[in-house]
Amino acid sequence: MFDVASIREDFPILQRQVHGKPLVYLDNAATTQKPRAVIEALVHFYEHHNANIHRAIHALGEEATAAYEETRAKVARFVNAPRPECIVFTRNATESINLVAYAWGRQNVGPGDEIVLTEMEHHSNLVPWQRLAQETGATVKYIGVTDEGTLALNDLSSFIGERTKLVAVTHVSNAMGTINPVEQLVAAAHRRGAVAVVDGAQSAPHMPVDVQALDCDFYAFSAHKMLGPTGVGVLYGRYELLDAMQPFLSGGEMIRRVRLDGANWNDVPWKFEAGTPNIADVIAFSAALDYLSALGMANVRAHEEELTAYALRRLRQREELIIYGPLDASRRGGVVSFNYPDIHPHDVGTILDREGVAIRAGHHCAQPLMNRFGVAGTVRASFYIYNTAEEVDALLQGIEKVRAFFGDAGR
Amino acid sequence: MPVDRDVELDELYREIILDHYRNPRNRGSLEDPSTSGEGDNPLCGDEVKLDVAIQGDQVAAVRFLGRGCSISQASASMLTQAIMGLSLDEVETLFESFKGMMYGSDQVDAESLGDLEALQGVRKFPVRVKCATLAWNVLQEALEQHRKAKT
Repeated sequence: MFDVASIREDFPILQRQVHGKPLVYLDNAATTQKPRAVIEALVHFYEHHNANIHRAIHALGEEATAAYEETRAKVARFVNAPRPECIVFTRNATESINLVAYAWGRQNVGPGDEIVLTEMEHHSNLVPWQRLAQETGATVKYIGVTDEGTLALNDLSSFIGERTKLVAVTHVSNAMGTINPVEQLVAAAHRRGAVAVVDGAQSAPHMPVDVQALDCDFYAFSAHKMLGPTGVGVLYGRYELLDAMQPFLSGGEMIRRVRLDGANWNDVPWKFEAGTPNIADVIAFSAALDYLSALGMANVRAHEEELTAYALRRLRQREELIIYGPLDASRRGGVVSFNYPDIHPHDVGTILDREGVAIRAGHHCAQPLMNRFGVAGTVRASFYIYNTAEEVDALLQGIEKVRAFFGDAGR
Repeated sequence: MPVDRDVELDELYREIILDHYRNPRNRGSLEDPSTSGEGDNPLCGDEVKLDVAIQGDQVAAVRFLGRGCSISQASASMLTQAIMGLSLDEVETLFESFKGMMYGSDQVDAESLGDLEALQGVRKFPVRVKCATLAWNVLQEALEQHRKAKT
């Protein structure tokens, strides 16, 4: 059973106050808080096992290497990757996507080729592909977004065609919460022989994910959005693709042998992990995965869906609010995105902050999506395992206070 | 519904600021401005466009257009009132005083700022300082262009 009260006790930061009010942390799509187990794992590593990995012929080095590689195996199990070697550690999801854009893209995309994205992508799954297109002479096509905030997939064949080399799509929209039918897009890409990249930054933390069932070729996510430390990203890649790719960054660790006239590369995945990686944070990420696995990702999803349904119901009661994204919680992640018609999201954000309620106000690194809806930004509340219905009530109280404060200011 | 008072919040959103936000002064554009400028805060999406008419050495007319948060738009509205009729040197001095106030200098004579003094409360909200200074940076750029065009 999902016991939120006992979960909350595992998160030291949830005890603190902000501006004299209890912290209500609803900015989980940006980053999540860390349970004591993760913080302790980090300290424990530095106090007991700290050493560089993959080279030292001493006990600490062996322990550190084992813990680092165990985390890789755990990540593979978490997303059901067929083998640990399919998991590459990076700094964040952004770097994971850049790795594909540079190492796979520059090798496989050329003039006249087409890259298919969607209008709802986070900048991290947009700008690397725009740059790739500029450098290679390829074209970018964008699948549109409906008024409901879902992908307009009715004429998919006009987007994904013979010239399509790559399809990159977000699993769950960070700005509006929409869950996309990525299996359908992956299948369409594969029918045309194109490679499919899924941005999983907002799905891996919040629902069961099986990269083999999705059948995607690459899947990127970040540890810090799922209880882990900052500075650790994951790239899952299909082994044959990773194996055929040239390195991304180069230097130590990624080589097998270096001569004055050249070098050859280490095996996958170490070929893509040049230099000393973020050893301590990767190892502490292991504790985050244990925490989530103990809860069960299906339970995590059920909890968030329930909270999201409640939040949507409460928000809709205030009729003047404009809500973005599907109104059915079963079709969205734990994200609600909305605006007052006449009050800027930053003014809403400032007043909520004074109430101790942390939300995100702005464009959520998805400016094309904001332009699609004709807004500069939205107010976004995003939930996680430790959030409660009472916190949704606190959000709504804050929102009422915004109206009371501004009166009919901008009308 | 009754609002329990939050002193710092009241200082940020002083009545005069909300008044400028609700009833912006000198909103619009000039047909034949001596100089214009526009700018935005990409992070927040605040936008301000200024048209300035200069006669001799004085600001003869100024209009603004824009969209964004209450602080950015009220600040632009207040700016248009504050610089009307000033000489370009006086505008420069006022800008220095305003920046001094926003970035926490103690040597600013708040009274010389008139209504602009109401923006002082923004200082307590560092992420919002950019909203308050946007129109001023746009003005500075416009005047800089004007100077360059003349020389």
